[in-house]
Amino acid sequence: MPDTKVIMPQMGESIFEGTLTRWLKNKGDQIERDEPLFEISTDKVDSEIPAPASGVLKEVLVEEGQTVEINTVVALIGEAGDSTQAPQDQTEEPTTKDSTPAPDAPPEVVRAPAATTAAASVRDASVRSSPLVRRIAREHGIDIATLSDKGTGVGGRITKRDILSYIEQGAPKKAAPTQATPAAPALTFKGPHERQKMTGMRKSIAEHMVTSRRTSAHVATLFEVDCSALMKARAKLKPEFERSGVKLTVTPFFIQAAVRAIQMFPIVNSSLDGDTIVYKRDINVGIAVALDWGLIVPVVKNADEKNLLGLARSLNDLGERARTKKLKPEEVQDGTFTITNPGNFGGLFGIPIINQPQVAILGLGGIQKRAVVIDDAIAIRPMVYLSLSFDHRTIDGAVADQFMAEIKRTLENWEA
Amino acid sequence: MALTTYIEAIKQGIWEEMTSDERVFILGEDVGVYGGAFKVTAGMLEEFGEGRVIDTPISESAIVGAAIGAAMMGMRPIAEMQFADFISCAFDQITNFAAKCRYRWGAGIPIVVRGPSGGGVHGGPFHSQNPEMYFVHTPGLKVVCPSTAYDAKGLIKAAIRDPDPVIYFEHKFLYRRIKEELPTEDYTVPIGKAAIRRSGSDISVITYGAMVFLALDAAKELEKEGIDLEVMDLRSLLPYDKEAVLESVKKTNKVILLHEDTRTGGFAGELAATIADEAFEYLDGPVRRITAPDTPVPYSPPLEEFFLPKVSDIVRVARDLNAF
Repeated sequence: MPDTKVIMPQMGESIFEGTLTRWLKNKGDQIERDEPLFEISTDKVDSEIPAPASGVLKEVLVEEGQTVEINTVVALIGEAGDSTQAPQDQTEEPTTKDSTPAPDAPPEVVRAPAATTAAASVRDASVRSSPLVRRIAREHGIDIATLSDKGTGVGGRITKRDILSYIEQGAPKKAAPTQATPAAPALTFKGPHERQKMTGMRKSIAEHMVTSRRTSAHVATLFEVDCSALMKARAKLKPEFERSGVKLTVTPFFIQAAVRAIQMFPIVNSSLDGDTIVYKRDINVGIAVALDWGLIVPVVKNADEKNLLGLARSLNDLGERARTKKLKPEEVQDGTFTITNPGNFGGLFGIPIINQPQVAILGLGGIQKRAVVIDDAIAIRPMVYLSLSFDHRTIDGAVADQFMAEIKRTLENWEA
Repeated sequence: MALTTYIEAIKQGIWEEMTSDERVFILGEDVGVYGGAFKVTAGMLEEFGEGRVIDTPISESAIVGAAIGAAMMGMRPIAEMQFADFISCAFDQITNFAAKCRYRWGAGIPIVVRGPSGGGVHGGPFHSQNPEMYFVHTPGLKVVCPSTAYDAKGLIKAAIRDPDPVIYFEHKFLYRRIKEELPTEDYTVPIGKAAIRRSGSDISVITYGAMVFLALDAAKELEKEGIDLEVMDLRSLLPYDKEAVLESVKKTNKVILLHEDTRTGGFAGELAATIADEAFEYLDGPVRRITAPDTPVPYSPPLEEFFLPKVSDIVRVARDLNAF
């Protein structure tokens, strides 16, 4: 039976690499299909990855802490008992490994382990260096593999001198394939300060935001909505929901209102693919969740098929698992529309950036009691500002405003 | 100005301290009438009298025990071991008593136990040993191993003035081979501070005692090949100058640890572990040791020559490490 290749899964549309944080099984271990095999951390989620097949973990090709591109083979699962045989299977290893070389590795690296140096040393095909050289490489953002033919030490080892002279000759920095802006010259600051590397998630957010700004023609519209009806409905439903173990916030009301408006204006649930507008049948609403370490957008799939209880239950569950890093990759994928909550900490309203490749994003301000004029009388009402950032390439202002007016109408006329 | 030998420097240091501090006295086998086996104390009996230069029976345990008692009564004794090899006879007094007094009773024991150590003089297994590690492994002691006349004098004075027991190993091979001009004014060399004997950029040779000179000779030879050795003389082993060691490693990124003592349990092992712990990411090659093999010091001259580390050993290891 051919070995089953275990690959680094894609954990979200914009994700191109993942860090293997922990192996839960060791080489040689017997494993069952769907048993947790390893843990990964990507720009978006941290997750346990299950074994794709039963068998014996024959080869572990990616070490803990290594970051590899998606679809890189990280392990091989073979049949019980054949872990000891191997040589011809092992020779397969470098090819699978090399088929997805680091983006900046020159092609010569691929040939390295070829014919002469037998299968036995295949796992050692990595470049020989020293702790010092590896530290210097890390500090200068150099991929040691690019120096593989420059080692002058014993056995081609890359020495301190090799890497220092490489740097002196102007070593290319490790390419950041997704970098949205050209590398700016290093900034210098006077006065005491601290420098901290961005985390993977932070970098991903940064890149995503800049890309979105560059891609879409952002326009915003702002509506004020009287929340009396929905607050009343919430107060009424809350104890009932609580009996089912579900905490009811105001968010499900907004999701439901948005879903109804989307059904009337499907352009809001579209994407632009070149010069083609793609209307999506599924209404999958992403909800931005602020985390201590960043931001994540779990997606309520088929939100149009859920009632208020179902939406509230999904939100509770996704929010909780976002905060405990237990989201599954597919749960942050395939959103078609996004709701964010700039009012969470008292903000009146915010103008969000569109979550690509979507075309609109709804921002919820904080609900506040305000004095409003109703029929020439001043009344105290819980009010909220709703903002919509939309892509003017596909959505015109009139459509956006009608869409928002529909949301407003739904919310203000909520039947308790 | 006249050059002072290593042995003369030790004598000067003791002499000056005995002159300036009447609590200081010396006791040991044949230190009085005979002036000491190597003549470190020659002339002291005449100068300071038999109350302060005391000949003892052949019992190292009694010598150190008496010194400890005197120290507890406020004196500053210097106990001479005729050969450092015999310090083991006083092991219990030193390790269980002198080293622990401050910790158990708050009583410092300001004694100096000094004696000639080291080989290269065809002294055989009982007159050539380097027993420093028995004591380096004993918290509560200080252990010094000077290599130059300047340090020999500065460290004996620092040892005498120290409020705790100091084991002072003087290398007998250096006694009359090493000489230099010494300052006329009073000075000490701080215990626990290393000295760079030669600054270099390629490989750090960290050593002490007589091996310092081998390292310097090797450096001269390797210089011709473009290999630039840094030579560090630890001077003190307990406490040792960890900062200086790590700094040198971080500078050259390659290390040779060199000592005349035997290999297993030698000071090089301690240094290697510390470097691996605290400077791993600064290493550009393996930490190498050059030591005597794990045998007693042979009496036979060709065997002793084989036993002791040589300049050629350092040159060979340095070449390998440089190419690594």
